[in-house]
Amino acid sequence: MAVVFEKTKMLTDVNFHYCPGCTHGIAHRLIAEALEELGCEGKAIGIAPVGCAVFAYKYFNCDMQQVAHGRAPAAATGVKRVCPDKVVFVYQGDGDLASIGTAEIIHAAARGENITVIFINNAIYGMTGGQMAPTTLIGQKTTTSPHGRDASVSGNPIKVCELLSTLDGPSYIARCALSDPANVMKAKKAITKGLKNQIEGKGFSLIELLSTCPTNMGITPIAALDYVKNEMTKIFPLGVYKDIDAAQK
Amino acid sequence: MSSISIDKEKCKGCGLCVKACPKKVIEISADESNKSGYFVADPVRMQDCIGCTFCALMCPDVCITVEK
Ligand SMILES: Cc1ncc(C[n+]2csc(CCOP(=O)(O)OP(=O)(O)O)c2C)c(N)n1
Ligand code: SF4
Ligand code: SF4
Ligand code: SF4
Repeated sequence: MAVVFEKTKMLTDVNFHYCPGCTHGIAHRLIAEALEELGCEGKAIGIAPVGCAVFAYKYFNCDMQQVAHGRAPAAATGVKRVCPDKVVFVYQGDGDLASIGTAEIIHAAARGENITVIFINNAIYGMTGGQMAPTTLIGQKTTTSPHGRDASVSGNPIKVCELLSTLDGPSYIARCALSDPANVMKAKKAITKGLKNQIEGKGFSLIELLSTCPTNMGITPIAALDYVKNEMTKIFPLGVYKDIDAAQK
Repeated sequence: MSSISIDKEKCKGCGLCVKACPKKVIEISADESNKSGYFVADPVRMQDCIGCTFCALMCPDVCITVEK
């Protein structure tokens, strides 16, 4: 027998602090594996957000910088411009990226900064106790929308991939879901593509990963995966929203 | 013959591997818990494992190794 699956070297041995069944762990593994497969050992620099992934710097076997809420794309811009030979990835939740950090992500994308952004959309603020996020679904109950999100009060969910793909800067924008093995494999491919684009100097890429927060959704980890697959994908359709390689063909 | 091994001290008993396995190899133990207090995943029907890695792809805590 041969080992066909083992933990990647690009993750440290520190146990994740995430809640049981939280897909932040799957996202971390996919990024780390993609970095290893692309030969980025000793070359990667990650930017950790504010949110549940605030301790991501303990988990990746590379240099990491934790930055102020929402500012990760701005910090990554500086890191990448000073160290253009490094592979710089940004890890942000939906509160971080689509609420307090809206300006940073839009302008980093518009400038076509040569960085790779992994955007964790779990439709809620995890770390602070389950408040409504810009990506919360209409009707979804959160601690700040106890009767369900009402569009007349809070507007409609922000669709980040659709929004950013209208800009000229990005080279690759895709949305995947961490809901089941087949979609997890697709997500790995998309992350790999985003990192490869950066290595090849093609500019900004963003991969949105529909994710779970079982704790604040108030459902089991398995039910949360079903919620991603059956409810979230209706509002946030999966697919590639921009790919300059495909456009050139 | 394929098999998996689970780092039980890292396991949080979330059950995502149980759901992912097409061969129903894994169950969450009703009595075995780890130092963190989680009831852990247990490959009770290892003889049925086909080495597909689905359990490992879904494990958020990266505690599964698969051999084929
Ligand atoms: C400047 C500032 N404002 C507000 C907060 C409080 N805060 C911490 S995490 C967070 C949102 C986290 O949600 P998200 O980005 O979706 O990540 P998740 O925890 O769900 O992974 C907020 C508002 C803060 N830490 N700093
Ligand atoms: S609060 Fe939610 S997002 Fe944060 S670790 Fe727990 S399940 Fe994951
Ligand atoms: S490798 Fe496949 S068959 Fe074996 S335990 Fe994991 S999911 Fe089940
Ligand atoms: S998916 Fe991982 S953490 Fe969850 S029960 Fe299975 S082995 Fe344990």
